[in-house]
Amino acid sequence: MLTYIIRRLIGAFAMLIVISMVTFGIFFVVPQWAGASPEALASRYVGRAATPETVALVTERLGFNDPVVVQYGRFVKGIFAGAQYDYGAGVEQCPAPCFGYSFISGQPVWPDLVDRMPVTFSLAIGAAVLWVLAGVSVGVLSALRRGSFFDRLSMGTALAGVSLPIFFTGMISLVIFSYGLGWTPPGGAWTDITVNPAQWAYNLLLPWITLAFLFAATYARLTRAGMLETMGEDYIRTARAKGLSERDVVVKHGLRAALTPLLTLFGIDFGLLIGGAVLTETTYTLPGLGQFAILAIRNQDLPQVMGVVLVAAAFVVVASLIVDLLYAVVDPRVRLS
Amino acid sequence: MRRKHALAGAATAALALVLSACGGGGGGTQQPAQSAAGGGAQAVFNAGLTQVWNPSTKKGGTLKAAHQADWDSLDPGDTYYGYSFNFGRFYWRTLTMYKPGPGPEGNTVVPDLAEGLGTPSADGKTWTYKLRSGLKYEDGSPITAKDVAYAVARSFDKEIFAHGPSYLNELLEWPKDFKGVYKTPDVDYSSAVEAPDDTTVVFHLKKPFASMDYIVQLAMTAPVPKDKDTGAKYREHVVSSGPYKFETNEAGKRFTLVRNDQWDPKTDPNRPALPDRIEVQLNVNADDLDNQLIAGDIQLDIVGTGVQPAALGRILPDPAMKARTDNPTIPRLWYVSVIPYNKPLDNIECRKAVQFAADRVANQTAFGGELAGGEIATNVMPPGIVGQEKFDLYPSAGNKGDLTKAKAALAACGQPNGFSTTMTYRADRPKEKALAEAMEQALAKVGIKLTLKGFPGSSYFSEYAGNVDYVKKNGIGLAAHGWGSDWPDGYGFLQAIVDSRTIRPAGNYNLSVMNPEVDKLIDQASSTLDANARNKLWVEVDKKVMEDASILPVVWAKTLLLRGKGLTNVAYNEGQSMYDYILLGVE
Repeated sequence: MLTYIIRRLIGAFAMLIVISMVTFGIFFVVPQWAGASPEALASRYVGRAATPETVALVTERLGFNDPVVVQYGRFVKGIFAGAQYDYGAGVEQCPAPCFGYSFISGQPVWPDLVDRMPVTFSLAIGAAVLWVLAGVSVGVLSALRRGSFFDRLSMGTALAGVSLPIFFTGMISLVIFSYGLGWTPPGGAWTDITVNPAQWAYNLLLPWITLAFLFAATYARLTRAGMLETMGEDYIRTARAKGLSERDVVVKHGLRAALTPLLTLFGIDFGLLIGGAVLTETTYTLPGLGQFAILAIRNQDLPQVMGVVLVAAAFVVVASLIVDLLYAVVDPRVRLS
Repeated sequence: MRRKHALAGAATAALALVLSACGGGGGGTQQPAQSAAGGGAQAVFNAGLTQVWNPSTKKGGTLKAAHQADWDSLDPGDTYYGYSFNFGRFYWRTLTMYKPGPGPEGNTVVPDLAEGLGTPSADGKTWTYKLRSGLKYEDGSPITAKDVAYAVARSFDKEIFAHGPSYLNELLEWPKDFKGVYKTPDVDYSSAVEAPDDTTVVFHLKKPFASMDYIVQLAMTAPVPKDKDTGAKYREHVVSSGPYKFETNEAGKRFTLVRNDQWDPKTDPNRPALPDRIEVQLNVNADDLDNQLIAGDIQLDIVGTGVQPAALGRILPDPAMKARTDNPTIPRLWYVSVIPYNKPLDNIECRKAVQFAADRVANQTAFGGELAGGEIATNVMPPGIVGQEKFDLYPSAGNKGDLTKAKAALAACGQPNGFSTTMTYRADRPKEKALAEAMEQALAKVGIKLTLKGFPGSSYFSEYAGNVDYVKKNGIGLAAHGWGSDWPDGYGFLQAIVDSRTIRPAGNYNLSVMNPEVDKLIDQASSTLDANARNKLWVEVDKKVMEDASILPVVWAKTLLLRGKGLTNVAYNEGQSMYDYILLGVE
C-alpha cells in the first residue's frame, strides 16, 4: 500500500511539472509564434497610452527579455527556494513556495491562493454533502420505484439539472430568492466559518443548492442506472432468499456495488471543485479559487495563472489518489499493489 | 473675508454651488427633483444631468458600492481610470479638482489642496501653486508642499508605477540623471518640481503649456509622505489626505473607508463627506451587480460606464425603472481611423470618398442607437469638451451618406470604380464588429470593398491596428477605434489621437492623422494661455483633422447610468463623465 502511494505521488509530481511547462509554454511560446515581441507581452501590464520607455522598463522588470527557459527556471526556483521582490522602496523576501508576484497588482500569489482556499472548500464540501445525499437517495428511490410518478418526476428534474448551466440557474435563483423574495443574501455575501458559522451557512445556502442541483442530477441518474443493474443480479435474489430485510438488501448489497463507479466520478468532481468552482464563484461573486482563476486568465496574469493551475491540478491528483484508496474499502475485490 | 465665507459653509457649499448652477444650466421643463431634508425625491429620467437629484445634507449611513473588476491600483501615483480619479477623491486631495456638481461647470477646475488655481510665468513654462493652511494626513501630521513635490517625483518611476499617466514625465524639466526617487534618491529634482517652502509648489516645464490646471487635478499630485512611502506596496495602505481613510483593504476582494477625523472640512469647500462608511466590493459579476443596483442591495456601480446590455432590456421598457436613469453624452468618441499608409487611401480624395459613403445612421445603430450608443458625431471633439463646436464637413440627407459626392471623390482620386482595403476591429467588442459590417455594406455601394478582420482587444494597438509595420504589410485601410479624454479640454482629448509626433512603431493610439499643419496648430493651442483663444485653436485642430478626412467620427458616446436606491445628492459631473462620487450621501 505504502509503495503504491509513493509511486502515485511521484507520478503526480511529474504530472505537475508537465502541466507547469505546458501552461508556461502557452503563455510565452504561442504569442511568440504569432510574432509577439517581449514588449508586446509587457504592454498588457501598463496603463493607457504608456510610452515606449515605460513599456521597455516593465519588459525588463518582468524579465520578458530573458529566454523562456531562464524564465521558467526562475519560476521553479521560486517555488522551491523562494525569491526576492523589489518594490522600489525596498526588497521583500518571498519564502518558498513562492509562485511569484502578480504582474498587475504586485501581490504575492501564494498567500492569495491560501486566503481563497477556505471559500472554495466551504462551497465544495457543502455542495458535495447536498448532492451526494440528494442524488443517491433520489437515484435509489427512483430505481426501486421504476416507472412510478416519482421516478419520472425526479428523472425529469435531473435532466433539467444536468442541462441548465450554473450561470443561468445561479442568476435566476439570485433574482428570485435574493432580490425578489429577500430570503437569501445578495451575490458576493461571504463570511468565514470561524467568524459566524450560522452566517457562513446562510450566505452559502443558495450557491450550495445551485451547485448541488447540477451534480445531484448526474448522481441521481447514475445511481438509478447502477441500482437497476445491481438489483437484477443473482446475488440480490440470493440475499432476499436468505431472508435478509429489504433494507439490508438494498443498502448493503445493492447500493454498495452501485456506488463503486460513483466514487470515481465523485473523486474527480470534488477534486475539480476544490481547485475552483469557476462558474459558481463567478456567478455568486465568491472570492474563491475559481474566481481567482477566471480573473487571472482574463488579466493574462501569468504568475496567478500558474499558481491556480498547479494548485487545482494538485487537488485533482490528490482526490483521485484518495478515491483509488477508497476503492479497496468499498470493493473488497480491489487490491492495491 | 472671502476665505472666511468660503469656510463657513464647508459641508453644504458644494450643494449650494451645484444648485445655483442648475439655475443657468438649462434644465428644460423638468422640475427640480428635490425634497426638504433629503430623501424621497421623485425619480425622473435625466434628473441628475442638470441638477442635483434628491439633495440632502444628512450625514451618516453606509454607502455600498461595487466594481465589476478591480482597480489598476489604489495608489494615486499608479492609477489611470476615470472612476479611480473620481472615487479616489474620498481618500486623496490633489492641487485642483473638477468643480463638483452637474452642468457644464463640472468641466472647469477649482482649487483643492491649493488656495487658488495655478499662476503661470509670463512664458508659460513655470506654474506655481500655493497650498491652503491646516491640511493634515490621517495620522495628524501636516501636509506640506514637499509632500506634493515628492508625490510627483515618485510617480516618475514607470518601472514601479507603470499604470499611471506619464504627462508629467514628458512635460517637466527632469534632470537627465534622474531615474526616480528609489533608484536615484540623491538626485535633486527641483529643476522639474520643487517646494521652496511648506506651502508653495512650483512646476518647471520644458515648453509653455496652458492646461496645467487640468494636469494637476490628476492623482499624481496627491501628497505622499516620504517616510510612509513603500513604493509598489503603498497601494496596500494609502495614507489619506481626504475625508475618508482605509479601515480594511483586502486586495482583489473588498475594502472599506471610514471617516478620517484629521480631515478638516474648513480646508475643503468641495466635499460634503456625507456617509460615515463606504464599503466597496470588487470583482462582482457584472450582470449581478446591475441586479443588486436595481434591487437596492448596493447603491453605486463604481466603474460608471452604465448598465450592461442584459439590464438595458429590463430598464428601458419599464417607465418606473427608466425614471431612475440618466443618459449623458460622455466625452468619448467612437470612430473609424482612415489610415493613409497604404494606397489609395494616401490620397485625400479617397479618404473623402469614405467620409461621404458612410451611412452614419447605420453606424449609430451598430453602436446601440441613440440611448445606448450615442449621438451621431460629425466632428472629432465631443460636446462635453470645453469650447467644442459642432460642424459637419461631409453632410448628407438624413445622415445616410452622399453617394454622388462619394463617387465624385473616388473619380478625383483616380479610383472611379472603387477599391479594396481591409478594416480591423476588436473581436471582443460586438459593437465594433457591427460597425465594421455597417461600413462594409455602405462602402460597397460606391465600389469600396472591405475585408473585415477582428483581433483581440488586449493586443489590438500593440500588435495590429496600432502597429505601423503590421498596418503597412497587411494593407489595413480602416480601423475601428474609440477614445475618451483624460480631461475635458482640447489637449486632453485631441493630442493623443491626432498629433503625428506621438506615432511610434507599436502601441499607437493615433492610427491615421499625420498632418504637419495639425501638429503646428497643436503646439500653438497648447502654449496659448488665453482660454478663449486656446479653445478656438482646438476647434481649428478639429477642423483640420476633418478636412484631412483621416478620422471618420461615428458617435459621441452615451451611457445609461442607474441611480442607486436610497442615494442622495446624485449629480452627473461632466469632468468625471460619471456621477460625482464625493457628493453622494445615503438616506
